[in-house]
Amino acid sequence: MRHLTPINKKARHIAESTEQDVVALQGGPLATPSGPHIPLGCTFVFSPGWETDASGGTAGLCQPVERDLFDCHLTCFWPAHVPDLYNYAPDWTGKCASAQKDWRKIDLIFP
Amino acid sequence: MTLLRRGEYHAFDADGAPYVYLVPSAGVFRLDDASVAVLDALGDQDLEPNELVRTLSDRFPASDLRATVEDLLNVRALRLVDRPVEAPVASPPRKRIPLTTLVLNVTSKCNLACTYCYEYGEDRIVEASRKPRFMNEETARQSVDFMFAESGESPVVHLTFFGGETLLNFKVLKSALAYAQDRAATLGKTVDTSLTTNATLLREEIVDWIVENDVGVTVSMDGGREQQDRFRVFNNGMGSYDVVLPNIRMLLERHRRRPVGARVTLTKQNLDVESIYRHLRDELGFWEVGFAPVTTSWQRDYAIQEDGFEEMLSQFQRLAQEFLHYALAGKHHGFSNVRDTLEEIHKGMSKAYPCGAGIGLMGVATDGDVALCHRFAGSDSHKIGSVTEGVDRSKQEDFLMKHHIANKTDCSTCWARPLCAGGCYHEAHTRYGSSERPNLHYCEWIRRWTDTCLQVYGTLAERRPEYLAQFDA
Repeated sequence: MRHLTPINKKARHIAESTEQDVVALQGGPLATPSGPHIPLGCTFVFSPGWETDASGGTAGLCQPVERDLFDCHLTCFWPAHVPDLYNYAPDWTGKCASAQKDWRKIDLIFP
Repeated sequence: MTLLRRGEYHAFDADGAPYVYLVPSAGVFRLDDASVAVLDALGDQDLEPNELVRTLSDRFPASDLRATVEDLLNVRALRLVDRPVEAPVASPPRKRIPLTTLVLNVTSKCNLACTYCYEYGEDRIVEASRKPRFMNEETARQSVDFMFAESGESPVVHLTFFGGETLLNFKVLKSALAYAQDRAATLGKTVDTSLTTNATLLREEIVDWIVENDVGVTVSMDGGREQQDRFRVFNNGMGSYDVVLPNIRMLLERHRRRPVGARVTLTKQNLDVESIYRHLRDELGFWEVGFAPVTTSWQRDYAIQEDGFEEMLSQFQRLAQEFLHYALAGKHHGFSNVRDTLEEIHKGMSKAYPCGAGIGLMGVATDGDVALCHRFAGSDSHKIGSVTEGVDRSKQEDFLMKHHIANKTDCSTCWARPLCAGGCYHEAHTRYGSSERPNLHYCEWIRRWTDTCLQVYGTLAERRPEYLAQFDA
């Protein structure tokens, strides 16, 4: 992080955690092992999000279910089946600022 | 196409340098020229990264700009438009948080009749007449047992005596503290004790006990004679200044081991923050002075109105500047409102709840009923248990769900919410009839005051970081 200087304790914590973030598996093991990183995809790290969360408990499961749509289609190894957001339906989620509240605004797409 | 949008943050300048206060993480970062340029170029529009780089390419190399965007994305000062922001979900603490502070309302009786008092005045919520006026020794002992039972692994517990006028029940204070010290020794814990008083009843014997037991003292006092006697009066209307003055002088002279603080209630008629501070800190010698606006419904004669909040803010800002100069010179300044906020900024507190009420802090009424805090003690609708039966977990959980910041829609767009979280429950209850409501009447005030404290913080971080090290513990 060269362009921002962390000032308070929280900022230092954020700066450290971004440096240790998981970027790619081919990058080799990290110097210090970091904790499970949920957006990597729950199936990918063998900690299925439907049964236990990153800490082994049940409080942080993939809830609400509407959230799966985004957590899975953008980042997951096993993506949710959604329209092609890059080419044909870029505004598909435009009216859905918050999946939990606005999921009804996501409409069907007909090619 | 991925578009970039500014994330949620508050930008501020301190000592000539640009900073951002990130929301909701509460991280404070200093920006360099490139990151300021990127955020400025974006403004309120969404831009595609290449376009953003093109816009600024005459000022910075493209590689620099891309690295800047990456840094800003990492800390969430920027976000990708097609990644929706996750809506916060109200989730009470996963682990039970131990009780670390128990406030005992040892009496609901008071020998003063302050016009604005929330316990007796027009806005009272507790019908004191239905409860015993004094806590008895047995209830006090049961309260102490309750405190230790609820304190979990916490090695230190704070026992605070409150009222009414606390010292009207000195007998119970003495026995409760002796019992608490005894229990603490058996359990291998430490008990830290404090009390709040109007100082009218302080006498040699009581000060001896305070000094001997290392009790922290806060004196409720509104300033000089004229300021104090405006509202802080006896039943017959006589002012209390001349009664409390010699008592306070004696206390300050003899109680040297712990700092003694004054707690000032500001009203429409008493807003001269600087002169109050001068009197209490410089002339009387209180170690610190904390100010809070009176809690009241808006139509009362003493309620601070909009122009009053403006006046209060400018006076707070002037004292904050003075605080900064003192801190830069390595000297103590007693304006505790700044110090408290600096500590929260330094730690990066991002609160789900405005305070620890109902979680790590609870209040006990004279009959042993346990409420959210001392201000609700005795109110049946805010009861969450009793010292004999313990905390009603379902009531506590219900309280935590309803009062979570995620359920305060008005707060969801405010950058000051990590520190404010909607403000005092009791204030909200008095203003709006519900502790669940955020205190919308002082939002703008809170934002501007938080901005002032951020400027003080940034300047100290730059020029005297060792001052902030005291908050690392």
